[in-house]
Amino acid sequence: MLISVRDPSQPAASEVAPEAVYRSRRRILAAAGLAVAGLPLLAAGPARAQRASAALGELAKLPGKPSPLSTMERATSLDDASTYNNFYEFGTDKSDPARYAGSLHTRPWTVVVEGEVAKPKTFDIEELLRLAPQEERIYRMRCVEGWSMVIPWVGYPLSELIKRVEPTGNAKYIEFVTLADPKQMPGLRSGVLGWPYLEGLRMDEAMHPLSLLTFGMYGSVLPNQNGAPIRLTVPWKYGFKSGKSIVKIRFTEKQPLTSWGRAGPSEYGFYSNVNPEVDHPRWSQATERRIGEDGFLQRKRKTLMFNGYGEQVGQLYAGMDLRKHF
Amino acid sequence: MGSIGWLKTAIFVLSLVPFLRLFVLGFQDRLGANPIEFITHSTGFWTLTFLCITLAVTPLRRLTGWQQLIRVRRMLGLFAFFYACAHLVTYVWFDQWFSLEEIAKDIWKRPFITVGFAAFVLLVPLAITSTNRMMRRLGRRWSQLHRLVYVIVILGVAHFWWLKEDKNDLSEPWLFAGIVAVLLLFRLLQPAWQRAVRSRKQAAATGAARS
Repeated sequence: MLISVRDPSQPAASEVAPEAVYRSRRRILAAAGLAVAGLPLLAAGPARAQRASAALGELAKLPGKPSPLSTMERATSLDDASTYNNFYEFGTDKSDPARYAGSLHTRPWTVVVEGEVAKPKTFDIEELLRLAPQEERIYRMRCVEGWSMVIPWVGYPLSELIKRVEPTGNAKYIEFVTLADPKQMPGLRSGVLGWPYLEGLRMDEAMHPLSLLTFGMYGSVLPNQNGAPIRLTVPWKYGFKSGKSIVKIRFTEKQPLTSWGRAGPSEYGFYSNVNPEVDHPRWSQATERRIGEDGFLQRKRKTLMFNGYGEQVGQLYAGMDLRKHF
Repeated sequence: MGSIGWLKTAIFVLSLVPFLRLFVLGFQDRLGANPIEFITHSTGFWTLTFLCITLAVTPLRRLTGWQQLIRVRRMLGLFAFFYACAHLVTYVWFDQWFSLEEIAKDIWKRPFITVGFAAFVLLVPLAITSTNRMMRRLGRRWSQLHRLVYVIVILGVAHFWWLKEDKNDLSEPWLFAGIVAVLLLFRLLQPAWQRAVRSRKQAAATGAARS
């Protein structure tokens, strides 16, 4: 398996590539694409990078200490990672979240932790931010739609929170409930999915050190469109498994019903581990387009089993038929 | 050049706008994080739109009585083919990088690609036989052949429908389906309506003769 465990002495990709560089990388590709199409290369305006910088300029810094679990791959530009999102509460077009998520209020914010736990509690976001040391984790992110990014997240293992609320013996699964407020989220008016957006993990998946309770990215707090102020990141599963703007974490005995599981049970399984051998009914999962890199100049890359995290998470699924439990 | 000549020129220039827009957006770095997806969706959208506009020519002609309109239909149809080619080239080149094996697998395994590809294949003979010479040579069979466009547009909407299903958001496919339904219903109902008008006139005429 191609896991690159990062040497902590190595700088993070976000440090290697100055912001202006990784912001402008895509522009070069677009210009090159036009050259391929037979037109002379004109100087592309720095408009897009400037727009994104202006919109994200006011985000508070949230540093995290480098983690050996980070990949050394080149990080996607913040520009791309914050303007190409699936967050249906703000609309189904991938440009909608960046356009409309400004209406999301991330303070005050609380997260209710309840269900099969000895110490249920409502956490204030400020308390959660300080619950454990923040780490920077550079993860691959593979969307079920066939594209991927590399994102330097900031957060700490979900297990830190789980340990503190002491799950009972009945806690087999965790359900994540995300915000559904029509006043802040224009997308809720459409019936594309059942709201609130629900996701879930098996207990051992949630306890895995790679499962990250995430508060920031690129050294700052999360932009609203990326799931502020608190989201989940489960890098070996398709992106939709990582709920955004979480308001409730419920420990359950039975496997929770997820929003996508309800909308398309034959297409979106509970596990939804990245798996190049199990196609989505309507498209292949064997390859992916790395945003900002693959396209005009470079063909799509092969998708790796468990998104390249097989060495760490493979044992969670030992003996399971992953075609059946997709 | 008569008024239809100017109209033709205007339509030609306007029809190129969506294509040129892609280049302008590209230079301005406004194609988004996934430019290939943007171009694919845009060229697909305009293929369907031009098919619908082409199919609207006959109803418009009947409703307005402006017979000259027929003279812009071929160009509109060829623009539908042009955008379909751009759509296919984007897929074959930048999405699949000419991997014939992958393309064949896609066409075979995925109904959404199967249907879209079939629509393109059916468009090819229509584009080839769009010249005056072919029209003359084929005679009555030309209009029979060109009725394929009804099948093509239905396949096109199905292609779009299946694509949008993954977003669980079918508002745009519904819109296209509605427009196509109206355009096709016009053709189904129009002969019957004309017959009814004609027979009513005849009845009136014979009634008048009898009295």
